[in-house]
Amino acid sequence: MPRITVHVDGTTYTDDVSARTLLVQYLREHLGRTGTVVGCDTSNCGACTVHLDGQSVKSCSVLAAQADGHEITTIEGLSGDGGQHPMQQAFHDNHALQCGFCTPGMIMQAVDLLSDTPEPDDQQIREGLEGNLCRCTGYQNIVRAVRDASRRMRAGAEAEHTGETPAPRSAEERTAQPTGGQS
Amino acid sequence: MIPAPFDYIAPSTVAEAVSALEEAGEDAKVLAGGQSLLPVLRMRMADPGVVVDLGGVTALRGVREEGGSLVIGSMTTHHDVMRDPLVHHHAKLLAQTARTVADPQVRHRGTFGGALVHADPAGDLAAPTLALDAEMVLAGPSGARVVRASEFFVDYFTTALDPAEVLVEVRFPMFTGWSAHYEKFNRVAQAWSVVGVAAAVRVEAGAIAEARVGLTNMGSTPVRALAVEQALLGRPATPEAIRHAARHATEGTSPVSDAGADIDYREHLAQVLTGRAVTAAAGV
Repeated sequence: MPRITVHVDGTTYTDDVSARTLLVQYLREHLGRTGTVVGCDTSNCGACTVHLDGQSVKSCSVLAAQADGHEITTIEGLSGDGGQHPMQQAFHDNHALQCGFCTPGMIMQAVDLLSDTPEPDDQQIREGLEGNLCRCTGYQNIVRAVRDASRRMRAGAEAEHTGETPAPRSAEERTAQPTGGQS
Repeated sequence: MIPAPFDYIAPSTVAEAVSALEEAGEDAKVLAGGQSLLPVLRMRMADPGVVVDLGGVTALRGVREEGGSLVIGSMTTHHDVMRDPLVHHHAKLLAQTARTVADPQVRHRGTFGGALVHADPAGDLAAPTLALDAEMVLAGPSGARVVRASEFFVDYFTTALDPAEVLVEVRFPMFTGWSAHYEKFNRVAQAWSVVGVAAAVRVEAGAIAEARVGLTNMGSTPVRALAVEQALLGRPATPEAIRHAARHATEGTSPVSDAGADIDYREHLAQVLTGRAVTAAAGV
């Protein structure tokens, strides 16, 4: 039985797990982090997406043992202490979910996309999310939310740089103030 | 679904991995990125007693230039292959192909060597590896040996690798200054390629001076489209001339009918996609 030490959402855990334990199972059943969900169980849908050392992975296709010594961020560790992450807020404001089951994975993948491509066009957003399935929304509002989050996060980063609060640039942004600088 | 129980071994060197495999015999599976193996284990399509995880063998990761070759470590991820400046410079076709593999999450975990050893005829990376005439470096109990890509892919999900051998790295000749494109036809990101075409060309004074073309899923192994390569040589780099040469794309292939497509359709796709791949590679 492998002994693993993993850093999950800022906390270090050491556990004995059976070799066949999947990372998503470890997160949900051992650590109680049920914010990460299991959708298809065949690595198609992306609902179980978490970050492993800062890169998005499908946690149903990683063994817990493979995460030994690595850092995991789940949807529950995304927001930090300052309320919602700008991506979460953008999903909320743009009605980018209906049943919500795909949302944790969508958000984790969208954050990964923006860390790589801070200002994606719609095509890049769609390609960036091609490993995540949504059966409710038709994706339009999801793409809109990611575009919106991209604006907010860039504005937030700029404000952090200049020390100023960014002025909202659109009606959408006026109704939802950027939470700023959490990436 | 969770996999059946197995013993997990995490070596930190190639030698340790080889001895673990030797000891376990036929009952062992090598775990690279796990993006094919873990779904297979979860669905209980395989039930190995021992899984040897190469994740901790850091020497197997990375891309380097050595002795006039481009060398890709077997555990280098698709994400790293598609971003690597050396790959872009000397074997652009591999970067072009890697960026089409599955989706971003899978490309973060899935490895170049793992995909080649898995040898799924619908896997994308074998065709460019064959077309670029790679050499595979294998390590086993009696030392290292080199197998050419043309001899490495043996049959469906079968390579020249012995059970106690590990793919260490893949060496490519330099295709510096060549342009390239991988064109594939699949329904959605996670679906396997119905047919894929890997094309690399060197255009000189408006004509095709050299060409390499490999086909995905047109047989039990990747196929090098030698007749297309021959037909392209010296021809003007124009869409008409390329389409004409692309008609040879079915020569030497043995596609099958399955749920994705029947034989006629695959043959049609091979010709059309070869035309598109070479045209895009030539930039015309």
